[in-house]
Amino acid sequence: MPDSNQPLLAVEDLKVHFRISKGFLFGKKVGAVRAVDGVSFAVERGETLGLVGESGCGKSTTGLGIIQMPRPTSGKVLFDGVDLTQIDSETLRRTRRHLQMVFQDPYASLNPRLTVEKIIAEPMVVHDLEQGSAVRERVRELLHLVGLDPRVITRYPHEFSGGQRQRIGIARALAANPSFIICDEPISALDVSIQAQIINLLKDLQEQFNLTYLFIAHDLAVVRHFSDRIAVMYLGRIVELANRSDLYDTPKHPYTRALLSAVPLPDPKRERQRERIILKGEVPSPIRPPKGCHFNTRCPLAKTICFEEAPEIRDFSGHQVACHLVQ
Amino acid sequence: MGEPLLRVEGLRTIFQTSKQVVTAVSGISYSVDAGETVGIVGESGSGKSVSMLAVMRLVPSPAGRITEGRIWFQGRNLLDLNPAEMRAVRGKDIAMIFQDPMTSLNPVLSIGKHLVEPLKLHLGLTTTQAKTRAVELLQMVGIPDAANRLNDYPHQFSGGMRQRVMIALGLSCNPKLLIADEPTTALDVTIQAQIIDLVKRLRREFGMSVIWITHDLGIVAGLVDRVIVMYASHVVETASVDDLYEDPRHPYTLGLLSAIPRLDAAERTRLTPIPGKPPDLSNPPKGCPFAPRCGFSTADCLSEKPTLREVAPGHFSMCHLELSKQAFISLREVRVNA
Ligand SMILES: Nc1ncnc2c1ncn2[C@@H]1O[C@H](COP(=O)(O)OP(=O)(O)OP(=O)(O)O)[C@@H](O)[C@H]1O
Ligand SMILES: Nc1ncnc2c1ncn2[C@@H]1O[C@H](COP(=O)(O)OP(=O)(O)OP(=O)(O)O)[C@@H](O)[C@H]1O
Ligand SMILES: [Mg+2]
Ligand SMILES: [Mg+2]
Repeated sequence: MPDSNQPLLAVEDLKVHFRISKGFLFGKKVGAVRAVDGVSFAVERGETLGLVGESGCGKSTTGLGIIQMPRPTSGKVLFDGVDLTQIDSETLRRTRRHLQMVFQDPYASLNPRLTVEKIIAEPMVVHDLEQGSAVRERVRELLHLVGLDPRVITRYPHEFSGGQRQRIGIARALAANPSFIICDEPISALDVSIQAQIINLLKDLQEQFNLTYLFIAHDLAVVRHFSDRIAVMYLGRIVELANRSDLYDTPKHPYTRALLSAVPLPDPKRERQRERIILKGEVPSPIRPPKGCHFNTRCPLAKTICFEEAPEIRDFSGHQVACHLVQ
Repeated sequence: MGEPLLRVEGLRTIFQTSKQVVTAVSGISYSVDAGETVGIVGESGSGKSVSMLAVMRLVPSPAGRITEGRIWFQGRNLLDLNPAEMRAVRGKDIAMIFQDPMTSLNPVLSIGKHLVEPLKLHLGLTTTQAKTRAVELLQMVGIPDAANRLNDYPHQFSGGMRQRVMIALGLSCNPKLLIADEPTTALDVTIQAQIIDLVKRLRREFGMSVIWITHDLGIVAGLVDRVIVMYASHVVETASVDDLYEDPRHPYTLGLLSAIPRLDAAERTRLTPIPGKPPDLSNPPKGCPFAPRCGFSTADCLSEKPTLREVAPGHFSMCHLELSKQAFISLREVRVNA
């Protein structure tokens, strides 16, 4: 039951596998994409947890697994102490009011046939929060909050720029007064000059409403700017999790190190002097992940044990890392 | 140095639809020296891709048209060449990696065919030689198990792999000029680093010139010699990479540089966004195209369009104010405190 000492969200050994089948009609199961393969983390109230990793490593699927779209293959998702994987869809629907998601693509995630008013009002209607003219009033208030002119309520999504659409998506996520928002790459589709507007907006909203965020992105500078703690994923698993300064100042996992060294810095003088870790070797597939550590095909340090046993995640005074070689 | 490898003069490109005329490129000029790498950055829709398609003579017609300008490449104006002459230049002397690999690979041709044909046509290799070379090229861009993937079709490759095929294709005939339009957007930073390394090596070994379009100011910093900044169909600033980052002279460039969080800066300084959005290119403003979003604009800026002027040796900016970065920053502080 709600207890303000426990984390708002705790994910335990979450697995989301997608079946793949050959043939159209009588799809025979030939294997599975192990998109999320045993992920555990917790998010405290009012905190932002950043989730980074390369394209296809399972970040979006982790977010979608939390909101039970699809239902995970196994594992627990404790939201305010309630395991979402165990509750029926009606209870889930009611809980979803507190748990919203801003989707990766601002172009695809808004229904093109609905007006801005209908889009933003939807969570209020679904959860029976406001009636009649109060709905429109609240929509105007939300538009104002995200920095859009309240007069746009009669317009359709295609009449807006990418940054404006992202704001509409955020207004919709806020409509039901959630406590937790999953932001999936909220700025990657936007022009550089617009990105800062959305980052500042999300930060202001967090302060104003004590929101808790799971912030998914592949841009490591943006994630550092935004998050209190950061989890690094590689091929379906978390390989490192630490607070911001520990992760960026003293990364422990060889993948995190390679990743940080590869981020280009907007400073020509530093760029010329920098040492880069250039990874070699094959990028593995989530259908046939390598035996042992998933990073072993590209790891410059891999030893025999790394090809035989999957490393457990270990805790070094709050800095968690899954690597056999870290002492 | 003598004549540059590429010299573009007063290039203007428009798109005509039944309702309106969009000016995608408004009379821009620039040049690229042999062995030089030039980065092009700018707002989405500012004309970066179209200005490069113009160099390749691939502006989609009949809607799109080059209405003014000259494009000098190795002593010839490319706009005067007939289609056969242009085909001989394309892919061999000038290669372009297109922004969208999905539309620029032919879905009914295998990956191998895409690579082998130009090698036979432009370099005169035999089929066997061309196949060997194709495998090498795919390995260079980090496609695993390349020899077994030549018979695959584009849909069997992931977005990032297709982008790497495009890069291999662009590099295949050792072009004198490589034009790369956002070539690494679908790639992870670790693989991106591998590709950038490769381009640097080819530049060193063959003296290749490169034009690299990107929105990533980090890539620009590490890769290019000179930067062109575009905004609303204009070149608004151009300078050596060091000068541009150290002393940006156009308020849009200054805005871009302060809008991004950086790994090498103090944690959590509040970002400074650029408010508003770019102008409608079918109905451009009379004055400076950036004035409506610019924090420093004056009455002059709204009524009269500035020209691109040399504000320091080799450093050009299209701004009435001609201020230094320091002056802009102090001006901004004065405004905020007032
Ligand atoms: N519905 C699905 N059916 C089958 N495979 C899927 C499905 N959704 C995702 N996948 C696969 O699961 C893996 C993880 O995908 P996911 O979208 O979570 O990655 P991501 O980390 O969000 O990547 P990106 O940074 O590109 O958004 C990928 O290999 C992807 O191809
Ligand atoms: N086929 C076309 N028909 C009509 N207008 C076009 C066409 N192609 C481009 N344009 C217009 O020309 C302008 C410049 O487009 P361009 O593709 O060069 O932008 P860009 O700077 O490359 O942007 P991005 O960063 O999004 O790739 C845009 O306003 C665009 O809408
Ligand atoms: Mg994703
Ligand atoms: Mg473009």
